[in-house]
Amino acid sequence: MERSSDSAWMLVFGCWAIASVSTLGALFFSEIMELPPCVLCWYQRIFMFPLVLILPLGLFPYDAKVIRYALPLALVGWVISIFQVLLVAGLIPEGLKPCSQGVACSEVQIQWLGFVNIPLLSFIAFSVMNALLFVARKRSPT
Amino acid sequence: MSRKSKRNQPISASQEPQVPEAPPASRVNRSGIFVGAVIVLLLVFAGAALFYKGEKAQTAQTTVAKNQPALASEQSPTFGNPDAKVHIVEFFDPACETCAAFFPHVKNMMLANPDKIRLSLRHVTFHKGSEHAVKVLEAARSQGKYLPTLEALYASQEQWAVNHEVRADLVWSALGRVGLDLERLRKDIGGADIAQRMERDMADARALGVTKTPEFFVNGRPLPKFGLEELQSLVKAELRGAYP
Repeated sequence: MERSSDSAWMLVFGCWAIASVSTLGALFFSEIMELPPCVLCWYQRIFMFPLVLILPLGLFPYDAKVIRYALPLALVGWVISIFQVLLVAGLIPEGLKPCSQGVACSEVQIQWLGFVNIPLLSFIAFSVMNALLFVARKRSPT
Repeated sequence: MSRKSKRNQPISASQEPQVPEAPPASRVNRSGIFVGAVIVLLLVFAGAALFYKGEKAQTAQTTVAKNQPALASEQSPTFGNPDAKVHIVEFFDPACETCAAFFPHVKNMMLANPDKIRLSLRHVTFHKGSEHAVKVLEAARSQGKYLPTLEALYASQEQWAVNHEVRADLVWSALGRVGLDLERLRKDIGGADIAQRMERDMADARALGVTKTPEFFVNGRPLPKFGLEELQSLVKAELRGAYP
């Protein structure tokens, strides 16, 4: 009992850590490096930033219900991130792009190792967060 | 069925955790981990930000140092004593609000240091439709009314620059009191020489890495960081160097 609660706590904590790193990373790109965020980035931010504040509320004291409140945000963010990754990969035709003003969401502003770009990082972050939250939900002693 | 029993559980469980909460001996130090993580994240962010800004300022300095010819502004409207030893080159967009806010301060610096500062104004068109306002300025310049036109445009900026977009029709009504020959102005704004000067300004802005307005260069040096105080202290330092 104790142990399963500890592991669920660590999973939610890990999810919070990813949300915080992603949030600070997004702010670094836009505020420090001054890369203009495209519309899809803003939508993903809307579902990422609140997790930085919501998850700790469920960590002290541990409240497994926080998983229930956080999952919808993480899932919707995940879907948007998939959409943008497909857009960048060129698998979704140009005409479907919802971003008309500012930066095109298919434009790659940063690329590391030849394939790592910001939308991919967002997709990875949302994927891991969803995985952690699902496992935490299974293990939570409720 | 199993769902129902699961749903019912939390009610009884909600009292349960309070009992093991008391002896946290087996638990990891949760708040310690959390606070530590917050501190590490913020420190890494601040450190990376400082490092990146420093690097960026340095590359900006070298870009400007490499492209000094782009700062030559003999074709641009220039004010103040031609022999002044402190030369400010300002890249601005007439529709830019911050440019309008900076202009009186630049003027004050020149008034406070008579004959020691020369100011060259260069146009960039980062706002939608700014080309029209710049053309009006250039055409007014050939009538010897550049500064009054610029000040009239700045003063009424919020009327003709709506939501960062220049409304050409409204620019005209801003010019009423300047005393321009409007008929001649309308003819002049289509001139090839104006288009050429605008192109040159934009090309030089690109070469110098100007992406935002206003951007100031004092005796060929960019501001270490954007800000009114930074501009004033850089001008002061150059003044001290040139007129000890």
